[in-house]
Amino acid sequence: MQRPLISVSGLSKYYLENMPVLKDINFSIDSGEFVAIMGHSGSGKSTLMNILGCLDTATSGHYYLEGRDTAALGADELALLRNRLIGFVFQGFNLLPRSSILDNIGLPLLYAGKSKAERREKALFMLDRVGLAEFGERRPNQLSGGQQQRVAIARALVTAPKLILADEPTGNLDTQTGEDIMKIFQVLNEKHNITIILVTHEADIAAHAKRLIRVVDGRIASDQAP
Amino acid sequence: MIIGALLGEGWAAMRANRLRTSLTMLGMVFGVGAVIMMLAIGQGAQLMVNESVASMGSNLFIVLSGSTSSGGLRQGSGTVPTLTLADAQALSELPEIAAVAPTLPNNAQLIYASNNWSTQVSGTTPAYLDVREWPVISGEAFSDSDVRSATRVLLMGQTVARNLFGNENPVGKMVRVKNSPFLVLGVLASKGQSLDGRDQDDTVFVPITTAQRQLFGNQFPGMVRFVMVKAKSAEVMDRAEHDMNELLRTRHRIHPGQEDDFSVRNLTAVAQAAAGTTKAMATMLGAIASVSLLVGGIGIMNIMLVSVTERTREIGIRMAIGARRRDILLQFLFEAVMISLAGSLIGVVVGIACAYFFSRFNDALVVVTLSSVLLAFGVAVAVGVFFGFYPARKAANLKPIEALRFQ
Repeated sequence: MQRPLISVSGLSKYYLENMPVLKDINFSIDSGEFVAIMGHSGSGKSTLMNILGCLDTATSGHYYLEGRDTAALGADELALLRNRLIGFVFQGFNLLPRSSILDNIGLPLLYAGKSKAERREKALFMLDRVGLAEFGERRPNQLSGGQQQRVAIARALVTAPKLILADEPTGNLDTQTGEDIMKIFQVLNEKHNITIILVTHEADIAAHAKRLIRVVDGRIASDQAP
Repeated sequence: MIIGALLGEGWAAMRANRLRTSLTMLGMVFGVGAVIMMLAIGQGAQLMVNESVASMGSNLFIVLSGSTSSGGLRQGSGTVPTLTLADAQALSELPEIAAVAPTLPNNAQLIYASNNWSTQVSGTTPAYLDVREWPVISGEAFSDSDVRSATRVLLMGQTVARNLFGNENPVGKMVRVKNSPFLVLGVLASKGQSLDGRDQDDTVFVPITTAQRQLFGNQFPGMVRFVMVKAKSAEVMDRAEHDMNELLRTRHRIHPGQEDDFSVRNLTAVAQAAAGTTKAMATMLGAIASVSLLVGGIGIMNIMLVSVTERTREIGIRMAIGARRRDILLQFLFEAVMISLAGSLIGVVVGIACAYFFSRFNDALVVVTLSSVLLAFGVAVAVGVFFGFYPARKAANLKPIEALRFQ
């Protein structure tokens, strides 16, 4: 049997003692899945997302990414995982405001040690794929929210990651634009076989996924097809 | 490859905040500028002192006549003419000694046509010019035969020549000294100021015998006020001093335990002490100026700390997409170093320009040396690294999720 891309067992997260944010979480996600993690604000879904993205660490339990126990990895190894394996798409886009669109997209390649020419070439290619080829030299604040989110997706994809983690990617967008963004994720998942984990509190956004994990008060309440 | 890219990121951040970057740089500009200017002033002063020291002649002693003491009242050196031409002759025969010049100075009024000038007139021998390393630039020096026959000839310094003759050439002219006519044989090269600020060119030399017999005829024939002595090399100075003391004690029949009636002074040592003082002063100027470099460095640290706090979210984004701690550290460190580097470069230019203007308006000698520029520059860059490191490390040690959530 194929090893799951993500495997979580007995995972808990405490910010304060006796105040668990996540309690005894167990699940696994295979390569190529499109999973939505749903919950109300404060349910712990974002914390779970941050742990899956190696941005935060669990207090107890295990999180295996590609079979590796992330608790055993140092800061630099986690940075390497984020760089090579994971692409992030955030609610607030999180583009660098003072850098051009192309520089923003090429930034993960910079930390991968790629040359300026290669960064530029791949950034241009990704920008074209999200349909914004003519905006490369602009700054993020010169683009609309939907365009910025597409730039963020291009940045997430530029290192050809296996996993995209999207944290409320449509939260700051109007319904139509949100729909467009979700279509991009669907294409990425279906045509390019990229595993996508989507955190949202909106049921119609979660409906784009093939699997739905509901988080309530730090526990998994249900795990099924939507 | 990644180093170059991180340099680029630091450069972009510097450009993004131009006003702040230039104000931070200004601290380094003033720091480096002050150090370079102070070192230039200090080294200029040192050079002036060293020139005075060199103008005195090297490996030099002065042997002074003794002091009288009558009824417990003691007079100063040279008040009793205890040294004679014969003593000078004996000193010149010591193996360590290269040349001796017995000297008898006094003041006299010189008259040429309608001009007159009062100056120091010293009787001495031709060896004096060798001892003091003092060339004649026009005409010629008097000779030993002039000394033997006590002729009325003289050599004059530049100041005397200018005051008596103006633009005329003094050589071959007759001047009156104490109402006796003297032939001007030659004019000496300019020596400039002595260590104590006297004008060394305001002087006249005549043969010692002429001085003794015709100008300052005194009650002790053959006496001299002091003898200038040049040793053969710097290495024999100590032995020469000892031998001269022994010789003169023997010649003057001074018994052990009795006080000398002469004194031997090592002028070169005195000059070296003066040079040492100036050097200490120059070092102190540099040290004071480097405080401003330090202040500039603290300015960098201050701004970098603000910058790190302000850009916490940016740091979080960079970490999320794969920046390692080292990458963040280097980016901020490079930024600090580039600020100090650019500030230092401007500081070097400003420092040299200020030193130049200082010398223009203060008539002081300033010397900008490559080593002082490199020193100021090197220290400034080191200061940038040192004060840039703490903020950079603070940035690198942020937790990715906390940095990312920072509002």
